[in-house]
Amino acid sequence: MIRMEPRTEISRRMTIIAPVAAVLVALALASIPLLAAGQNLFEAYGLMFKGAFGSAFAISETFTRATPLILTGLAAAVAFRAKFWNIGGEGQFYLGALGAVVVGTGAISAPVWILLPLVLIAGAAAGAIGLIGPAYLKTRFNTDEVVTTLLLNFIILLFVQMLLQGWLKDPMSLGWPQSSPIVDEALLPPLVGRLRVHAGLLVALGAAIGVYILMRHTVLGFRLRAVGENPHAARHAGISVSRTMLWAAAISGALAGLAGVSEVIGLKGYLTSDISPGFGYAGIVVAMLAGLSPIGVVISSVFIAAIFVGADSMSRAIGVSNYIADLVVALSLLCVLVGGVAARYRFRWMGLKGREV
Amino acid sequence: MEFLEIFLSANFWAASLRIATPLIFGTLGALICERAGVLNLGIEGIFTAGAMSGWLAVWLGAGLIGGLLVAMVVGALIGLIHGILTVPLGLSQHVSGIGVTLLATSVAYFTYRTTLPDVTSPPRIEPFRPLDIPILSDLPFIGPALFQQTFMTYLAIALVFIVGWVLARTPLGLAIRAVGDNPASVDSQGMSVYGLRIGAVMVGSSIMALGGAFLTMAAFDAFFFGMVNGRGWICIALTVFASWRPRKALLGALLFGAFEAYQVRLQTEVGSFVPGEVFLMAPYVLSIIALIVAARSADYPRALLVPWFKGQR
Repeated sequence: MIRMEPRTEISRRMTIIAPVAAVLVALALASIPLLAAGQNLFEAYGLMFKGAFGSAFAISETFTRATPLILTGLAAAVAFRAKFWNIGGEGQFYLGALGAVVVGTGAISAPVWILLPLVLIAGAAAGAIGLIGPAYLKTRFNTDEVVTTLLLNFIILLFVQMLLQGWLKDPMSLGWPQSSPIVDEALLPPLVGRLRVHAGLLVALGAAIGVYILMRHTVLGFRLRAVGENPHAARHAGISVSRTMLWAAAISGALAGLAGVSEVIGLKGYLTSDISPGFGYAGIVVAMLAGLSPIGVVISSVFIAAIFVGADSMSRAIGVSNYIADLVVALSLLCVLVGGVAARYRFRWMGLKGREV
Repeated sequence: MEFLEIFLSANFWAASLRIATPLIFGTLGALICERAGVLNLGIEGIFTAGAMSGWLAVWLGAGLIGGLLVAMVVGALIGLIHGILTVPLGLSQHVSGIGVTLLATSVAYFTYRTTLPDVTSPPRIEPFRPLDIPILSDLPFIGPALFQQTFMTYLAIALVFIVGWVLARTPLGLAIRAVGDNPASVDSQGMSVYGLRIGAVMVGSSIMALGGAFLTMAAFDAFFFGMVNGRGWICIALTVFASWRPRKALLGALLFGAFEAYQVRLQTEVGSFVPGEVFLMAPYVLSIIALIVAARSADYPRALLVPWFKGQR
């Protein structure tokens, strides 16, 4: 028998080993469907790696994909830290993108240094508002935020589709449901020559540092963690649990909203209703892989981005369905959950009779 | 006047039942899991996997009943994963459920794409046909309104009463309810908390998978990406609305089906004034409202979301 003994403290080493091991196990498990599809594993994973890191172009693509993931990952990390289960990152992403389009497509003409911050703020505010609703319902009526945020994802996407067919539709788009282009003063510039990686990456990295400071060095960050760890104790210590939760929701929603802004004003230049291939949901995986640490989020989003970019490239080369990427990502999430349990316990072989050897 | 005439068409009542059917399966499945203390947010993925695997089995020649069995086994296996993660390992039921949904959905999509790499239009199967019930189906109005459904709709309604009976009247049902309210008491009776909880999640998940299978094997005759479209999440809201009672779940699903059938017909009347997206949003909005109304006074199973470990207090 193996006995599990809880560890009093999780070692620092384990917080790094657990996610890395989880990812390796996930890749190993994902080779089962790859083999079943009749693929050569070395070729498949080799192509994936090359597709994600094999050239300047590939690396640029990976970081371009990582940019929104850092922001949605941070969004999940902040909310989850307060045990507020925001599964609505996808919806808040679209609200942010919508905010950027409303402000940034010519409604306001202003120089770059005014318009660009304005667009970022509008998107962040839109995302925040989108999550304050569910947070209010949770604190006021005890309505499960997981279900409300999940359902809101569908409502918001339909809302965006409606606007793209109507008020926000670009009259020049020849029937395609897409928004007017963002004006030049509101665009985030590319970072390296003609590659696609753009200044949204700097926004995302800045946000990661901001969240790090927030969680470690501010009163709000302390309250957030306290509420997440033990709401009853937090309440006894005089912390308003509802107010802290509303703050967590506002910050989380704003971060996810920024992800939408960054995609619109950094990468695409306009909004379509298929601009996100599930960045909101992938953000949850990013945050869990990172153990909810803001700096970890940056690393794990590069990894998740590499999986997606690499799988796309492999899919083009040898015709394996790129749903393999979603599979690896989902497996990584489940493996890191299990890894988290393993890290919290010491496993001791007790001999077959259950006595200590 | 047209607004009321909708209720007078047999077609409307038949559509209500048809739309309600997957929700009945899903809500029953979710209810069984939650009665045992485990929230199963894997439901959306289980719907997708059930829809895909049931359809694929039929397409490969297993027959319709074979397809249903395959879907149920797939559902139970996914339930087993969620059960192991949340019961003995005690992981967050929220996060594990989302992970299970992501996994089940991606496996279903990957399998579909790999089995059928080059199809442009989804291949079709011969789905369940409406089942004629002697006498009842031939009644004027009531026949076409209520008694010309497929086998699966009748199965869903029968399951409501079977599950209700098992939960309320049998020792097994008592044990399941107890394990969701007070697992320690179940343990002190010498029963296995882990076994009961994992078992309930597996059974619940296989019933959820039937809801998915209904979509590809009765409502439509093919599998599409994104066809589940949030139905699973709606069932989670309906479970709270039904306060974890099978018959109220049936009522909730039927109300929901009627609402959706009504608004689809309303759309043809006022479609020119109101954008179609507003109608498409309505079911999700309705679910949130139902959840808010029900959550205030909800009598949650007391040990829902609370992991229990043997030998620890």
